[in-house]
Amino acid sequence: MRIKNKRLKDYKGVSKLAAKNFMKLEFLSKSQNEAFARVVVASFASQLDPTIEELADIKTAVSEAVTNAIIHGYEGKLGTVKIECSINNDEIEIIVIDEGKGIEDIETARQPLYTSKPELERSGMGFTVMETFMDRVDIQSRKDEGTKIRMMKRFVSNQD
Amino acid sequence: MLRLSFETISQNLIVRLDGELDHHTAEEIRNEIDKEIDKNNSKNIIFDLSNMNFMDSSGIGVVIGRYKKVSKLGGQAAVVHMNSRIERIFKMSGLLNIVKKYENKKQAIERL
Repeated sequence: MRIKNKRLKDYKGVSKLAAKNFMKLEFLSKSQNEAFARVVVASFASQLDPTIEELADIKTAVSEAVTNAIIHGYEGKLGTVKIECSINNDEIEIIVIDEGKGIEDIETARQPLYTSKPELERSGMGFTVMETFMDRVDIQSRKDEGTKIRMMKRFVSNQD
Repeated sequence: MLRLSFETISQNLIVRLDGELDHHTAEEIRNEIDKEIDKNNSKNIIFDLSNMNFMDSSGIGVVIGRYKKVSKLGGQAAVVHMNSRIERIFKMSGLLNIVKKYENKKQAIERL
């Protein structure tokens, strides 16, 4: 099925152009940059001809991952947040990287409504939102070294 | 960018949020809303989301925080003009179990 789809897609100029692409973004861990980051990733993703809904999914997931890096990774201190974004046919991969303090217990952090910072009025829904809006979310983290969140999404609208 | 505007009808504070609500803008508006509640002695709070173009989980924190504040004095919180996308995020967090959803502010004021 996939192979057949791929062959059909090869005849489509637009899909062919977007077959493989990559971009990298680096910015200071300031909360002003949350909006900047999600808009940049969304405009990179727009070459896949996503629906408005799919674009909003990407924006929301990126916003959550970047907010996590700023609040939890760097805890308000200044550091660098990196985003690497790859397009592979109809799929986008977004990796958000910080070199902050890391997540000690990933399993717990992923639980809906769990937050390590209730005093900041955090809802504890960050990872749940990412998991809902993206197809796949992987977290790699090491104490005092940082966190890498890898998110994948396939664009259904791009398939036919 | 997020624009905040207030309106008071009897003891209801209507908070209009136009723009994008994320962690950055949440930090900016939290205290302003609380000050307005105190200033007007508001009983209930109604969030008007007609022109909210974006919200992530930071928005959930803002709404829960304000709900806690008004409910301490027996008030309630509500949202009006919520689009399907924001409703999805509200539902995900169970927020609609504590915050009421109405079509418009007239309906909210009548029923709160």
